[in-house]
Amino acid sequence: MPEITYREAIRQALRYQLQNDERVFLMGEDIGAYGGSYAVTKGFLDEFGEHRVKDTPIAESVVVGAGIGAAMAGLKPMVELMTINFSLLAIDQIVNNASKLYYMSNGQINVPLVIRMAGGAGSQLGAQHSHSLESWYAHVPGIKVVVPSTPYDAKGLLMTAFDDENTVIFIEHTALYASKGEVPEDGYRVPFGKLQVFRPGADVTLIGYSGSLHQAFRAAERMAQEGIEAEVLNLRTLRPLDVDGILASVRKTHRAVVIEDDWKFGGFAGEIAAIIQEQAFDDLDAPVMRCSGSDVPMPYAAALEQAALPQEDGIISLAKRIVGGRA
Amino acid sequence: MTTTDTRLESGTSDLYLSMYRDMVRSRVLSDRMFALNRQGRAAFAVTGQGHEAAQVGSAYALTAGADWVLPYYRDVGVLVALGMKPYDILLGLFAKAGDPTSGGRQMPCHWSWPEMRVVTRSSVIAANLPHAAGIAYASKLLGRGEVTIVYFGEGATSEGDFHEAVNFAAIHQLPVVFFCENNGYAISESQEKQMAILHVADRARGYGIEGQTVDGNDALTVLQTTRWVIEECRRGLGPKLIEAKTYRYAPHTSSDDDRRYRTRAELEEWTRKDPIDRLRNRLLADGVLTPDADGAIRAAAQREIDEAVEAAERAPDPPDDDAFRYVFAEDA
Ligand SMILES: Cc1ncc(C[n+]2csc(CCOP(=O)(O)OP(=O)(O)O)c2C)c(N)n1
Ligand SMILES: [Mg+2]
Repeated sequence: MPEITYREAIRQALRYQLQNDERVFLMGEDIGAYGGSYAVTKGFLDEFGEHRVKDTPIAESVVVGAGIGAAMAGLKPMVELMTINFSLLAIDQIVNNASKLYYMSNGQINVPLVIRMAGGAGSQLGAQHSHSLESWYAHVPGIKVVVPSTPYDAKGLLMTAFDDENTVIFIEHTALYASKGEVPEDGYRVPFGKLQVFRPGADVTLIGYSGSLHQAFRAAERMAQEGIEAEVLNLRTLRPLDVDGILASVRKTHRAVVIEDDWKFGGFAGEIAAIIQEQAFDDLDAPVMRCSGSDVPMPYAAALEQAALPQEDGIISLAKRIVGGRA
Repeated sequence: MTTTDTRLESGTSDLYLSMYRDMVRSRVLSDRMFALNRQGRAAFAVTGQGHEAAQVGSAYALTAGADWVLPYYRDVGVLVALGMKPYDILLGLFAKAGDPTSGGRQMPCHWSWPEMRVVTRSSVIAANLPHAAGIAYASKLLGRGEVTIVYFGEGATSEGDFHEAVNFAAIHQLPVVFFCENNGYAISESQEKQMAILHVADRARGYGIEGQTVDGNDALTVLQTTRWVIEECRRGLGPKLIEAKTYRYAPHTSSDDDRRYRTRAELEEWTRKDPIDRLRNRLLADGVLTPDADGAIRAAAQREIDEAVEAAERAPDPPDDDAFRYVFAEDA
């Protein structure tokens, strides 16, 4: 199987869709001649032409709103919002419209729209360019939220997003675009709502997604040297969430740490912790812990940014605290 | 498009020389900030080479310290003209503890400077336009004679916030100047991809206010137009929109590669209309400046920036604990 980057994996899924479904078109800021802020659509304008690869003005609300309209009218649009930070200018279209038109129309009008955006911190881009707001979107019934952490997942999940009859928020992590992994060349799908056991282990469950999956994995490898075997779960999608998969792992390890870049207060890790304690309380040997970002706007200076983000050492110390005498 | 071709007003040569000096300092500083990024010494740079006449010319029309200024990320020249020291701008570039605008928290060139009534802008395009309308609303309610000027690119005029802010300001007849630095590009997208009109100033009419397009590479025209517009605003005849047509020489930011969307020939053509050369030639022709004095201005700017870079780079970094300070107002 060829090894390609996360960026290339996303490109492959988009090319596949453009080649195989003439209803598919892409629009967004700087996606044409420029090839996208993260070079995901590089060369697409030449290959597929202006009708299918559309540069838009800086106007996120109309980009998503027009995407909703085109989807209602029978096309299969993919809109790129550059980053999750700028998706906030389209949040009315996403939350008040895309997510509930199907419901409000008594199931008559659905919005099969794919909205891609880059998220995450760690690149010294300051408070307004470093958000991890996936929990906000996951909070809203009626839209699906996809958070790929590997090239394999990125391609397979994006393929599934185009099959979906709902609006799908597809969040790519800026720090992962250059990461590499094996990816099949065909149009395989990775289903929504099915987590992956990224690393098996019996002592503690580390739950991650997107960028935090890799931190969890590195922490697990370090703990293994001290005799603690952590099981690492890769969630892949936040909504739908693979509750059964999470519970199965916790029933085995009896302990869990959830890792996320996002703020702790009101974040997605809190949701997972609540689900575990509601449904597997008797299986727990320790409280579910959260290793999240600090509750501060992301600072620009490199050292301050790292101080505000979750770190491997933090994951390890939380895991060890709940594993206790076991190791 | 308005261009002035009057003789220089008498008794103003010091003012024009000072403007010229600030344009040169702004250029040298911007070039250096980009170079520092390329050398791996600064994580990010965004600068305004090519915009100096628009920025410095308009800032010289303000009453510094009384009028409110909401610059955007490209406005190095506005800040230099208002008197911010290059050393302070460089502390921001290096995200140092002493960075007077944010202590290393905010991206470079997103200045806060309350003494000069400069309010930090949003990296998120156009969000500062509604702020400007609100500040001007307060000025009006409080009966103060100050004017607000807010700067932005032509790309920002595609956002809802632009339209909502101009409309709000027009309804309430607020003392605010919407100053658009139209450089023909929003990152890679040329103006035709952004709007179906030739002049951003034409948008003003739709809201019932005056809009004027000026040659943004002519510092004297920009100065005169902005002065007139600010006077009108002060007399309660605002708001107004100025569109200064210009061009940026550098890539959009240090993360951009502008060869992907514009030709070297186009860039070359604009460098022949350089705003600094233009003012220099004018001042030389009018005998306000001599070649020797010009050489001295340039050498002094180089020296000033060299020294500022040295000192700023050596300044202390913020302590890690600073990441957790100033989240809520009680943290002061
Ligand atoms: C809401 C929002 N969308 C997209 C961006 C990304 N972005 C940053 S600058 C920029 C172009 C702005 O162009 P313009 O307003 O013409 O100013 P210029 O940079 O040309 O001076 C874009 C699209 C952003 N910062 N905010
Ligand atoms: Mg522009």
